[in-house]
Amino acid sequence: MIIEKTYGDLCVTCNEQGYLIDLNQWTKEVGSEIAKEEGIAMTDRHWEVINYLQDQSRKEVPLSIRRVGKSGIVSIKEFYHLFPKGPLKISSRIAGIPKPVSCI
Amino acid sequence: MKELLILGAGTSGTMMANHLRKTLSKKEWNLTIVDQEETHYYQPGFLFLPFDLYKTKDVKKKIDKFIPKGVYLIQEKIECINKDNDVVLLKNGVELCYDILIIATGTNIAPHEIEGMCGDHWYKSVFDFYTYEGAKNLRNKLRTWEGGNLVVHISEMPIKCPVAPLEFAFLANSYFINKGMRDKVDITFVTPMSGAFTKPKATEALDYLLEQKNIKVIPDFNIEHVDGDAKKIVDYAGEEVAYDLLVTVPTNMGDEMIKRSGFGDELNYVPTDKATLQTKVKDNIFAIGDATNIPASKAGSVAHFEAEILTENIQRYIAGKELKNEFDGHANCFIETGNGKALLIDFNYSQEPVKGTFPLPGVGPLSLLKETHLNHMGKLAFKWVYWNMLIKGKHIPFVSAKMDTAGKHIEETIN
Repeated sequence: MIIEKTYGDLCVTCNEQGYLIDLNQWTKEVGSEIAKEEGIAMTDRHWEVINYLQDQSRKEVPLSIRRVGKSGIVSIKEFYHLFPKGPLKISSRIAGIPKPVSCI
Repeated sequence: MKELLILGAGTSGTMMANHLRKTLSKKEWNLTIVDQEETHYYQPGFLFLPFDLYKTKDVKKKIDKFIPKGVYLIQEKIECINKDNDVVLLKNGVELCYDILIIATGTNIAPHEIEGMCGDHWYKSVFDFYTYEGAKNLRNKLRTWEGGNLVVHISEMPIKCPVAPLEFAFLANSYFINKGMRDKVDITFVTPMSGAFTKPKATEALDYLLEQKNIKVIPDFNIEHVDGDAKKIVDYAGEEVAYDLLVTVPTNMGDEMIKRSGFGDELNYVPTDKATLQTKVKDNIFAIGDATNIPASKAGSVAHFEAEILTENIQRYIAGKELKNEFDGHANCFIETGNGKALLIDFNYSQEPVKGTFPLPGVGPLSLLKETHLNHMGKLAFKWVYWNMLIKGKHIPFVSAKMDTAGKHIEETIN
């Protein structure tokens, strides 16, 4: 199911869980608005992680929390601190990339 | 004479040796395959071994039995690939030159990646079932286990055969029912994903299985360490899950040789074009199966479909033609649900598993995303297909390398 959502001046398409369908529709403003919905106040450190995730997603590298921790960008501890509870789920949504899934 | 060298004689490497010996001229091409093992394991059987559904002899045969005549098998460890000089160095100091290299060194468990996993408790109260040793030791443990908390756990993605842990939980349910001790066992499925099922259609069709089999799911659990003395696993957010018996799928990693060769990602997988299977390392190096970093499932069926396309692309490469961008991530897997039933799923990079019929559209006889006895018979029959057709590179009737959308209930869905 596709949902249209408006963030600021932009209209984007999301899946039913609020994840962007197309990373090309993403802007920093969209990311900031999604972060607000997730209750996160973005800082430069947050954006560094978001940039890394987007870069990996464009390269089609499957992401996991431990892999992010090994990246040198952010430690797992800091990742949890920046995006509490479900760091990869929440940061993926802010980054406009798909939620990590398995094959079924 | 020109040299084509295959590294790894598992499912992918053996299939490629069989395909290529049939297609490449014996007058022009020498084929060599290297593997340190003497045994070829039927890895799907590792799921059945712990429950005494298969015997050890069902899952292993001599590796050389499946290497065709006209292919030279070297049983030795691989030290590294020297891509600049087109040479592979073996552990015994021998150097093998190649014109074309195929990397098929697979993936393996890396339990040392998780703190506390490999300690004194390994193969006592903490087990894997992704290796022959693990599956056999777990079988021996289950034969005398008196019950308690069974925790089936995935450390991190990607893993080989992503549905196997769930199948393990389903089969454990049947196993303990048949032993008359299901009331003495709690089964908990712990995953770093958002649930046991993550795709919309599969969740809708299959979620009932977990309740029906009384399997508790703990999602979003990212393991930080195993506390073997206290018998608990702890995640980065501090959540703890207690176990009496932990059946875990450790981090999966590609071969150390990839790292020694100076390429590969942080999990030692080879950067590979997902549609052509040519590596991004060098034009004359190709990769297949679990060894690649492509975003397809790490599974034998994927390797089988890849092998058909890679065989064609090797011929095109030799002829100086453009490679075909054909591999679509096609995977096809039986999923055991216990009590003599199984599911079947068929999907690719962009199409999630849906309901329908397989392999003949509208006819079947197999049903997709639905529990049937016939699907279970299909899974059992697959062992014969594997040993007699699949790794020998014979085409499996009605099943094409690219996924067929006919016979599938496809609507507009979002992955």
